[in-house]
Order: sequence, then structure tokens, then C-alpha cells
Amino acid sequence: MISAVVPIVRIQAEDFDVAAEIARLTQGRADIGAVVTFSGLCRDEAGTLAALELEHYPGMAEAEIGRIAAEAIERWPLQGLTAIHRHGKIAPGENIVLVVAASVHRQAAFEAANFLMDYLKSRAPFWKKEHRADGSEGGWVDAKEADDEAASRWKQAARKRT
Amino acid sequence: MSTKLIYFAWVRERIGKPEEDVELPAGIETVADLLRWLKSRGEEYEHALQYPDVIRVAINQEHVEHRQKIAGAREIALFPPMTGG
Repeated sequence: MISAVVPIVRIQAEDFDVAAEIARLTQGRADIGAVVTFSGLCRDEAGTLAALELEHYPGMAEAEIGRIAAEAIERWPLQGLTAIHRHGKIAPGENIVLVVAASVHRQAAFEAANFLMDYLKSRAPFWKKEHRADGSEGGWVDAKEADDEAASRWKQAARKRT
Repeated sequence: MSTKLIYFAWVRERIGKPEEDVELPAGIETVADLLRWLKSRGEEYEHALQYPDVIRVAINQEHVEHRQKIAGAREIALFPPMTGG
């Protein structure tokens, strides 16, 4: 029986519990053979960073991550998919983002989680501002070309498969 | 008909406000036209939109290219390249 997987997408200020989010996808079922999670954390940049402030576009952030998640569900045979992104002030060592992908075999879960993160970095409307440990404002984090390239490789992969 | 413009990150800081309602003059058909017109509205806009090519735009909360027509847009957001994740 094939039932449509509905992704869980949450944008929130508060922290998340990785184990609880895995359990949310797997509890009460025995058909999932693989769960891949990715957590993105705030680094202290060798002690120079006091906090990151994440600004987001309410409404569009949920909508855009929802669109990326829907594409992942279309491309890979998944049994569950969760994406959680925090906003507001985040201290070094704290969680920023979580992706959980569940599937029968590991390949789909690995690839879907990877795809979701690559697209989320270049298309989800979030912006990081640095607050330095010395009290100065570090300014807005620059977008990395490497992130755009990481996202574009999935387009090439899609073309090869068709 | 007025259009709601929303700004984020350094675009918001440079323009000096998070959002505004504007009456678009006749002849503003595409996103590129809008950016050109906004840039001429004052020093803060000039500063924010100095390099229009780097500005990302969403219409009604979906990403669009600069050649996209803006007819029927309720909400247009301008922001720098995204750095989430």
C-alpha cells in the first residue's frame, strides 16, 4: 500500500530534541529500515563568536522548506521527512537546523537528507548575523558560492536520470 | 493598487524600515524595473540596491527571477542571498 508522506516542517525559536523527532517518525511502525538525521549547530569560530542571530521571512520560510521537502518526497521513496529550523539568537553549541529522513533502505534517506540541506541553505529565507565575543557586531554572514554549487549538483543528477 | 514591499537582513537595515506600501508608477513591469525605480528613491535605497544583481526577490512568498513580471503581486520581498542552515 502506498500512502502519501506528509513532511513535518517547523520554524521555531525554541530548541528541538533530536531523539524525540526520530521517535515521532518511527514510533508504532515496523516498515522503516533507515533513519538519517542531520543537525546543524552554531560554532564559536575559535572563541570569537558570542551568538548568531537568525532572521527569517515568516510564512515564506515554512512555504519554501515545504516545497523543498515535497520535492524530496517526489524524488526518493521516503516513509517520513522532518525539517526544523530555528530563528532568533542562538549561542555556540546550540542547534540551528534538523533534518530527519526515514526510508526502507539507507540510500534514499541519506540522499534525501543531503538534498534537503543543500536546497535549504541556498533557498530557505534565513539570514545569519554574527555577534562577536568582544562585544562588536560582526555583521551579516556572506552566502557561500560552494552552497549554491552544492544545490545545483542535484539538478545535474535529475537530468542524468531522465 | 498599492503593493507591500518587505525587506530583510542588510537590505532592511540599509533602507531603514522592515516594510512599506508603495504605489508603483506606470511602466514598472518587471522585478528589474522595480529595483531600478526603488534605487532612485533616495540615498538609503541607493545604498541598499547598489548592486541589484545580488538582490534576491520573492513575489507572494515564492522566489522569482529579475525578469519576472510583477502584475498582481500583493507582496514583494527584497533580500540578500540566504545564509540559513
